[in-house]
Amino acid sequence: MHEQHSPLIRLAKRDAMPRGQVWAIRGASFVAAILISALIFLLMGHSPLEGYGTMLSGALGKPTAVRQTVRIAIPLLGTALAIAPCFKMRFWNIGAEGQITAGAVGASYFALFWADRLPVPVLLVVMALAGAIFGGLWALVPAFFKARWGTNETLFTLMMNYIMIGVVKWLQGGPWEGRPGSQIIPQFDSAAVLPKVLGVHCGWIIVLVMTVAVFIYMKYTKQGYEIAVIGESENTARYAGMSVGKIIMRTMFLSGAMAGLVGFIVASGADNTLHSGVAAGVGFTAITVAWLAQLNPFAMIAISMLLGVLEKGADTLQTRLEVPASISDIITGIFLFCMLGCEFFINYRLIFRGGHKEVAGK
Amino acid sequence: MSINQNAVLLLIMAAVLNGVPLLYGTLGEILSEKAGNLNLGVEGMMFMGGAMGLGAAFYYEGAGGTIGVLAVFLALLFAFLGGAIGALIYAFLTITLRANQNVTGLALAIFGTGVGQFIGEYMRVTSGGYVAVSNNLKAVFLNSPFPAGLQQLPVVGPLVFGHSVFLYLGVLLAVGMHLFFRRTRAGLSLRAVGESPATADAAGINVTRYKYLATVIGGGVSAIGGMVYTMTIASCVWNHEALSGEGWLAVALVIFCLWRPLNAIWGSVLFGALMILYQRLHLSFVPDELYKILPYVVTVVVLILTSLRNNREKQPPPSLGLAYFREER
Repeated sequence: MHEQHSPLIRLAKRDAMPRGQVWAIRGASFVAAILISALIFLLMGHSPLEGYGTMLSGALGKPTAVRQTVRIAIPLLGTALAIAPCFKMRFWNIGAEGQITAGAVGASYFALFWADRLPVPVLLVVMALAGAIFGGLWALVPAFFKARWGTNETLFTLMMNYIMIGVVKWLQGGPWEGRPGSQIIPQFDSAAVLPKVLGVHCGWIIVLVMTVAVFIYMKYTKQGYEIAVIGESENTARYAGMSVGKIIMRTMFLSGAMAGLVGFIVASGADNTLHSGVAAGVGFTAITVAWLAQLNPFAMIAISMLLGVLEKGADTLQTRLEVPASISDIITGIFLFCMLGCEFFINYRLIFRGGHKEVAGK
Repeated sequence: MSINQNAVLLLIMAAVLNGVPLLYGTLGEILSEKAGNLNLGVEGMMFMGGAMGLGAAFYYEGAGGTIGVLAVFLALLFAFLGGAIGALIYAFLTITLRANQNVTGLALAIFGTGVGQFIGEYMRVTSGGYVAVSNNLKAVFLNSPFPAGLQQLPVVGPLVFGHSVFLYLGVLLAVGMHLFFRRTRAGLSLRAVGESPATADAAGINVTRYKYLATVIGGGVSAIGGMVYTMTIASCVWNHEALSGEGWLAVALVIFCLWRPLNAIWGSVLFGALMILYQRLHLSFVPDELYKILPYVVTVVVLILTSLRNNREKQPPPSLGLAYFREER
C-alpha cells in the first residue's frame, strides 16, 4: 500500500559531495550551455564550430583582444566582490548599478572641478575616496530603513538604481554639461585618468587587491564572521548579542563603497567621463557572477573572465559574421541558467521509487 | 477655461496611453508574486513579448493577412507565448531546481532583453532595414474599438471610449484577477501558497502546480505589456531604447499597488502620467530629468510607508522570494 502512494521521485538534501563529483556536474552544465548555445548558431545558419572559434579568437586571440576582454571583466569582478558580503548576510542588494553610478558621480566631481588644483596622485586618491564614500552613502539609505523598520531591501535598492541614473542624466544635460546642448559631460583632464599598466588601466590591479582583501575580510575577521552568522540565522546573531542593525548598515556601506570604487575605476579608467550608462548593467550581471561563484572571491575571477570572453567574443561575431551583438546576452543568459540549474544536482539527491530503503525510525 | 479643460483631457489621454503597458506588466507580476515568486525578469519578458508581438503582426501582414482583429489576436497570443516561455525557464529553475529567485530573475532579464533585441534586429535586417506594418493596421492597434458616435461625445467620449482596445482588456483582466483572488477557492489557494507554502501543502494544495501556473501565466501577461508598448506608443517599430526600463517600472508599480490588481488600474495611469508629466506640465524649477525619476521616488516612499505602518494587509506575500522545499518544513 505504502509503496503505491510514494511519489516516483523524491528529493533529499545531500551532505557534502565529493569534490570531483561537484566539478563533474559543473563541467556538465558548462557543456550543456555550449550545446544549447550551438543551436542558436545553427538557427542563424552558421556552424557552431565557426561561431565559437570566432568568439574565442575574438576574445583571446591577440594581446589587444585579451586586454579588451580584461577591461570588460574588471568592473564585473569588482562589483561581484562588492555584492558578496551583502549576499552572505542574505541582504539582497540589487542596487549595485546605482552604487556604481553614485561612485562615478563622486569621482567625477573631483575630476571635473579639482583637476587643476590637486597634484596627480592626490587627485586620483581623492577621486577614489569620493567614489567609495558616495557609493557607500547611497547604499546606506536602504540599509538604514531595513535595519530600522525592516523595509524590503530587494525592491528598495532596485529603485535606488533608477533614481541615481536619473540624477546623472540631469547632471549630463544640466549643471555639468560641457558644450551647451550636447547633453555630454566633458572628458576628464588627463590628470584624472587612471594610468595604464600592461596596456590596461590599472583598475585591474585594484580589483585583484580587492579580491584578496574581501577573501580575508570574509574568512578571517570578526566582522566577516558576524556577517556569516546573520546570514545563517538572524535570531542566533541577536541571541549572541550582535547588534544586527548596525552590522547590516556597516556591511552595506562597505558594499556600496566597493561598488562606488568600481564606478571610479570605470569613469576614470575606461570612459574618461561620466554618463548615465556608466554602470551599463554591470550591477545586475555582477550579482549572477557573485552567486555562481558561491561568493568565493577567487572563483569570481574565473566567472567574470568567462562573461568577459562571451561579451567580447559576441562583439567579434557581430563584425565578422554579421550576427546581432545581442547574441552575447542570449548566450550569457543560457550559461547563467545552466549554471544556476546545476547547483540543484549538487545540493539535492533524487530518490526514485523503490530504489532506496528508508532508514527505520527516521 | 475650455483650453485648460482640453489640456487636462490631453494629459489624461496621454497618461492612459503610457500607463496601459505598465498595467499588463504589473498584473502579470502581481499574479507571480502572489504565489511567492519574485520574478525580476519582467524587463526581459516584456522585451520578448514586444518583439514577438510585433513579429506576429508584421509577418501576418507580410503573408497577406488583412483582418485587423486577427492581427491583434495573433500579437496578443505570441507576446503571451514569448513571456510564458521566459517565465517557464524561470519557474523550472526556481520551483523545481530551487535556484535563487533574485539571481534567476536577473538572469532572465539579461536573457530576455537579449532575445527581444535579437528578434527585433533579425526582423530589421531580413526585411531590408525597416520593420513597419501598414497604417491601417497601426490604427487597429492604436485606435478605440468603439464607434465614432460614442467617441465624439463631449469629454466623456474620449475619456471613456477613446482608448485603445488594450486598456479595456487590461481593466477586465484586473477586475477578473481581483475576483479570482477574493472570490474563488483557487484564488484563496494561490494566496495561501504565497503566504505559507508549508501550510498550503499541509492543506492538500498542490504548491508546485500553483506556483508554476501563476508564474507562467503571469509572465505571459507581463509580456503583453511589452507588445502593447511596441504596437501603440512606439508605433509598431522595434525600439529597444524606448522599451527599456518599462519592466522595472512594472516591478515598482507592483509595490506601489500593494499587490492589488484593482489598484494597478489607477496606479498604472498615475505612473503613466508621472512618465510624461514633464512634457505637459513644465515647471521651470524642476528639470525634466529629475521629473522622470518621480515614479521611482514615489515607489520608495510607498515602500517605506508600508513598512512603517506594519499593517499585515499591506505587506508583500510573506514567502516572497523563498524557494519551497517540502522536506525542510
